[in-house]
Amino acid sequence: MMHMRSPLLVAAAVVSFAAGTRAIQPPGPRPPAASLSRPDSPAKAPDAAGFIRRWLVLEPIAVPPQLGEAAVQKLVKDARFADQLNTNPTAGERVAVGDQQLVWHALDTRGYNLNLFHFAYALGKPTSNVLFWVTTTVDAPRDLPGVRLAIGSNAASVWWLNGQEVIGLYNDRQAVIDDGVSKRVTLKKGANVIRVAIVNGGGATDFCARFIDEGGRPVTGFTARVTGEGTGR
Amino acid sequence: MSGRLLNRITVAAALLLAVPPVLALDGEVRMHDPSTVVQADGKFYVYGTGNGLPAFVSDDGWTWRRAGPVMQAVPGGKPGPDVLAKGGNNTWAPDIIRSGDRYFLYYSAPGAQPKSAIGLLVGRTLDPASPDYQWEDAGPVVWSDGVEDCNAIDPGVFRDPANGTLWLTYGSYFGYIRLVQLDPRTGTRLHPQQKPVDIAVNSEASIMIARDGWYYLLVTHGSCCAGAASSYNIRMGRARKVTGPFLDNMGIDMLQGGGKLFAAATGRNVGPGHFGLLALGDGVEKFSLHYEADLDRGGISVLDIRPLLWRDGWPVAGENLPAGTYQIESARTGTVLEMAVPGVPVGGPRPRGAGGPGAATASPPPPIPSQEPSHVGGEWRSGVVDVRMGPHMLQAQQKWMISPAPNAGGHAGSPYFRIAIAGTDRVLTATADAELTVAPAFTGGPEQLWRIDQLGDGSYRLMPKAVPGATDGGWALSAVGSSSPTLAKFRGDGDRERWILKAP
Repeated sequence: MMHMRSPLLVAAAVVSFAAGTRAIQPPGPRPPAASLSRPDSPAKAPDAAGFIRRWLVLEPIAVPPQLGEAAVQKLVKDARFADQLNTNPTAGERVAVGDQQLVWHALDTRGYNLNLFHFAYALGKPTSNVLFWVTTTVDAPRDLPGVRLAIGSNAASVWWLNGQEVIGLYNDRQAVIDDGVSKRVTLKKGANVIRVAIVNGGGATDFCARFIDEGGRPVTGFTARVTGEGTGR
Repeated sequence: MSGRLLNRITVAAALLLAVPPVLALDGEVRMHDPSTVVQADGKFYVYGTGNGLPAFVSDDGWTWRRAGPVMQAVPGGKPGPDVLAKGGNNTWAPDIIRSGDRYFLYYSAPGAQPKSAIGLLVGRTLDPASPDYQWEDAGPVVWSDGVEDCNAIDPGVFRDPANGTLWLTYGSYFGYIRLVQLDPRTGTRLHPQQKPVDIAVNSEASIMIARDGWYYLLVTHGSCCAGAASSYNIRMGRARKVTGPFLDNMGIDMLQGGGKLFAAATGRNVGPGHFGLLALGDGVEKFSLHYEADLDRGGISVLDIRPLLWRDGWPVAGENLPAGTYQIESARTGTVLEMAVPGVPVGGPRPRGAGGPGAATASPPPPIPSQEPSHVGGEWRSGVVDVRMGPHMLQAQQKWMISPAPNAGGHAGSPYFRIAIAGTDRVLTATADAELTVAPAFTGGPEQLWRIDQLGDGSYRLMPKAVPGATDGGWALSAVGSSSPTLAKFRGDGDRERWILKAP
């Protein structure tokens, strides 16, 4: 979101005061994000409200400050890294984006949402005017027809399920539960890949996602997993 | 129910008075003193005052046709001899109810008023084409002798939902509105030796409804039968017991002339009277009535069906939706339905103003005109476009012209509507997967015809006439998420399928 009122911004200042003098300190190692942890199990069930808690997140990509539909669609469709709409990344994998090497991180979120600001800030990465790529694999025990992917994002986001674009939310916005909801889809038996591109202008940035059934009730009968170092897989 | 919501909608409705009203029903609707509208075998039936008790039938609740006089199906072709003896050979102001596998049709049979009787006819089907169609005379149920303080006409029959007991109210101006209990097996009085209970005065066309532990007595005050000179208006009181006392909103007993206004002349219709409840299922309630004069039909008396709303424990007469331009706001999310095209700020992108919002200016800047498709539509995608929801932005892709679809029929109380982006031919359309699109043109297909019912809290239910390929009905516009509309089976227990129509 654009309006920055977070106390985290205060914490982000790397200015310290000592003995009546002010000295600018170089940014040092930051503590890990309290809202996030590394996965400690091969797979993770959604919470009782259906929210998916395990994700693989690529470090942020700097992008121009535009959140409108056309700009976001262009941002997410332009090739930023190899095979970005089909790749099956693993935790710790590095990808070349321009002249940068960005890393995929396996994350469990302690809340219903995944706080991308916490993620990027803890790594000393930019949080404004950035594009996050996120993915997870959902394993369904059987075909689950007639369900919907239901998401909230701060800010704009585009979502794919098994390669099909199913949701697009544009403009500056807050992450609201069930803001964007796909048409009815089938979560097929076995692996289903969710892929997300989230564009943030400034300030807080996060997302949440779950599946809901025809009655709007959360779907919980599946697990989410990522692969790679530190994930147990 | 939200009184605040109702107020907001009332304001919105007031803003829309400039647009033409939707005509009350279609077809043969010339009618006086209509009975309660009943549904049977997929059809709607209503009966009215006239020679032989004229019957009216409708396949959809919107377009009505005459179905012949009831008395043609009565042995002898007229009221039975006991009815004639207690009252007379007129046939007025009937009411009807189903009890078990039979229908009880009560009718007024006045002689020289206030000498009158209320007769009972019993039948097993309402369909004149059925081989079983016949009405049997079951005699007079109640009567007035011409001297006593009652004029036994205008029956209103009521089944108490609390215990299934059956009751009849009746009377007209001369003395009291009275109440007797009926035998649900026969339709005749359950306790004929008991004195009827007086429950109101100075009125006629009485009938009861019940809700949340209250009994409501609705009656008609004023004068009838004089076209636009009729002062007919529907009033009401409520009681905790079926036998009263029925008090109005100021605590005045209807036995002392009390009565809170329910419906008076409005729009192009003068003299509403003869309330009848029409419950359509899923908690959707409407009411039937007649107007003494429909000014759009040369001042004749016509049947109408309107939404029944509730506020602060009282029924409220809703209005059928006038054609107009609306924002369609989800009661669930507060976001509005829009065609999924990139939005453009009203007036185009512009800064807040030099020097910021508090800066002094030599003169106020000129007003910004409302946004029309001609301002921004050139940027819109052609062909079929998705539908989504977004925050109120007063943008052209969020304004919907809702207007009756010509020659498309309707349903109980309302025509089918066309819902188009205002100023364009782009219409809201149901798709085969029970989702939504905006189609580039109106074809008149059932997936583009919308049934719009106002619900008890003043919000609306919007239903396509059909979902392509679906064999089941009941699909309604639903807010599945803040930005995501869909079609879902209507559920009356929440806000997902409730929409607020506001003037933009």
